[in-house]
Amino acid sequence: MANKVIYAVYEDPELLKSAARKLVTAGVKVRDVFSPFPVHGIDPIIGLKRTRLGIVSFMFGCLGLSLAILGTYYMMIYDWPMNIGGKPNRYYYQNVTSFIPVLFEFTVLLAAHGMAITYLIRNKTLPGMPGRNPDPRSTDDKFIIELRTEDNHMHAPEAITGMLRETTVFEINERQC
Amino acid sequence: MHQEAAIRPPLILGHRTFGDITQDVVAPIQDKASRTWYVLTAIAAIIAAYGIGCILYLISHGIGSWGLNKTINWAWDITNFVWWVGIGHAGTLISAVLLLFRQKWRMAVNRSAEAMTIFAVMMAAMFPMIHMGRIWLAYFVFPLPNQFGSLWVNFNSPLLWDVFAISTYFSVSVVYWYIGLIPDFASIRDRVTKQWRKKFYGILSFGWTGNAKAWQRFEEVSLVLAGLATPLVFSVHSVVSTDFATSLVPGWHSTIYPPYFVAGAIFSGFAMVQTLLLVMRKAMHLEAYVTRKHVEYMNIVIMVTGGIVAVAYATEFFMGWYSGVEYEYYTYMSVGAATGQYWWAFWALIICNIAIPALLWFRPIRTSFFWAWAISIVVNVGMWFERFDIIVLCLHHEYLPSGWTMFYPSWVDVGVFLGTIGIFFTLYLLFARFFPVLAFNELKTILKTSGESYKGEVLPKSQH
Repeated sequence: MANKVIYAVYEDPELLKSAARKLVTAGVKVRDVFSPFPVHGIDPIIGLKRTRLGIVSFMFGCLGLSLAILGTYYMMIYDWPMNIGGKPNRYYYQNVTSFIPVLFEFTVLLAAHGMAITYLIRNKTLPGMPGRNPDPRSTDDKFIIELRTEDNHMHAPEAITGMLRETTVFEINERQC
Repeated sequence: MHQEAAIRPPLILGHRTFGDITQDVVAPIQDKASRTWYVLTAIAAIIAAYGIGCILYLISHGIGSWGLNKTINWAWDITNFVWWVGIGHAGTLISAVLLLFRQKWRMAVNRSAEAMTIFAVMMAAMFPMIHMGRIWLAYFVFPLPNQFGSLWVNFNSPLLWDVFAISTYFSVSVVYWYIGLIPDFASIRDRVTKQWRKKFYGILSFGWTGNAKAWQRFEEVSLVLAGLATPLVFSVHSVVSTDFATSLVPGWHSTIYPPYFVAGAIFSGFAMVQTLLLVMRKAMHLEAYVTRKHVEYMNIVIMVTGGIVAVAYATEFFMGWYSGVEYEYYTYMSVGAATGQYWWAFWALIICNIAIPALLWFRPIRTSFFWAWAISIVVNVGMWFERFDIIVLCLHHEYLPSGWTMFYPSWVDVGVFLGTIGIFFTLYLLFARFFPVLAFNELKTILKTSGESYKGEVLPKSQH
């Protein structure tokens, strides 16, 4: 039997959420959800783990701060200490107060860009990539649940569509994959 | 889920569906541009071209073609720089700070405000660069290894802090703005019919699909970037103020500068947002999204920051007088300034920044589109005068009376300033034509809670 993809289209995020909950309770695995804006509360229902991008940002921030400390130390204390307005520069801790703006900015620079780049790569969204949403209406006003028969061997496709029909579904599309 | 009080005024007027919101924002991009748009863009482009000509003249002839002299060695250049940076503060403030405070009304405003921010910071960054005289050596401001031995930049200097602050602020603002734009570009990509437009928006949308994981990451990135951008907004103008505050010029050497400058920046930034948005609201038929309530909220921000600025002026005036130091007699906030040769600049500041914005305390005025727009222009002018006063007035009567002089701008000064306004408006008009001017996918999230026709209605609740 060929594998099939079922797209259940809804008109409201709340309707989609209650339908997804119903399916998951019945043991059907939801592959993905496509929506024009974030549907709050869908993640735990379809079993998405929390993203770790916040940690990525923190790590890039730490890297930025370390590089900034290293750079200012090397340039202003080690390589060529200068007497500027009599500011003490024998040791780093004496001079660091006037580096704080730069340390802060560089930390933010790396934290923000590091996270943004990681985000784009993880999402597979890069310039020129083709859009892979199943239906152009999913970026407008429709909310779509994607189900695959290969994920749900326990349920016949007819049973799944039957379950979907019981929800307030707008339309159901099936495709061979 | 976000709970919205029933008595709060709606943020989206009329009966709208999710599809209507997309349609309202995408239609102007799909349709042919109006004649007014072509006329305005042509005017802006001509002014921009003149400004670019003046900049090229400046670069080829040197900064002696400005009206600077030995006493007043900073004038319109740095005035314009600080003015543009200040204007550039509203966008990220609206999108980052108001996101952290969960102010839903920001959604109708943030996209265009961020675009304004980016263009304003571009204009701002140009002034220090052309001020260098030898712009081809601009890379000297970065700590790059070089052939001159151990020649490093000076990390003790506020001017270098500025380099880091402005470049970080600019690049982070661009990234923040673009990450919000990607889903909206995807909506346009799926809507437009012409082949080249589909391609164009397809490239811009980076292949966004809008699946659950992408949205989850999107929200995390928006939140963390907002958290990073918030202190960044405050740091940038604080650092700009230290350009003055760490010097030994009377009137500049003041410890209240950082918070005072930040308040002034938000004050002028919101004014510029109003100036642009209220015109765009009419021109692009966004009456349902930019409502009277939005204008009132923004005017309240202008009132609060304008109040902070007024208190700062009073403090400066009092402390200068109370110090009894004769050099303080001619700073920008002093009796000498109010009655001296620059009396007109002093009073322009007081009238534009304190007296006229005080009208916003009256509710009918702060909820009127016309008055909000008129006052926003006055504030823009006033904030330009604030920077002019701080820079030129403090310098023109500095320590030695033998060095006292006036500043007269040359045609290049005027041309460069007008040119930046022209470039700014050209970029903004291009943005309004080809980019989604509202964060419309974000707006859809508040439709069912803050839309007028959904107010007080029982939502289809899922069982929790």
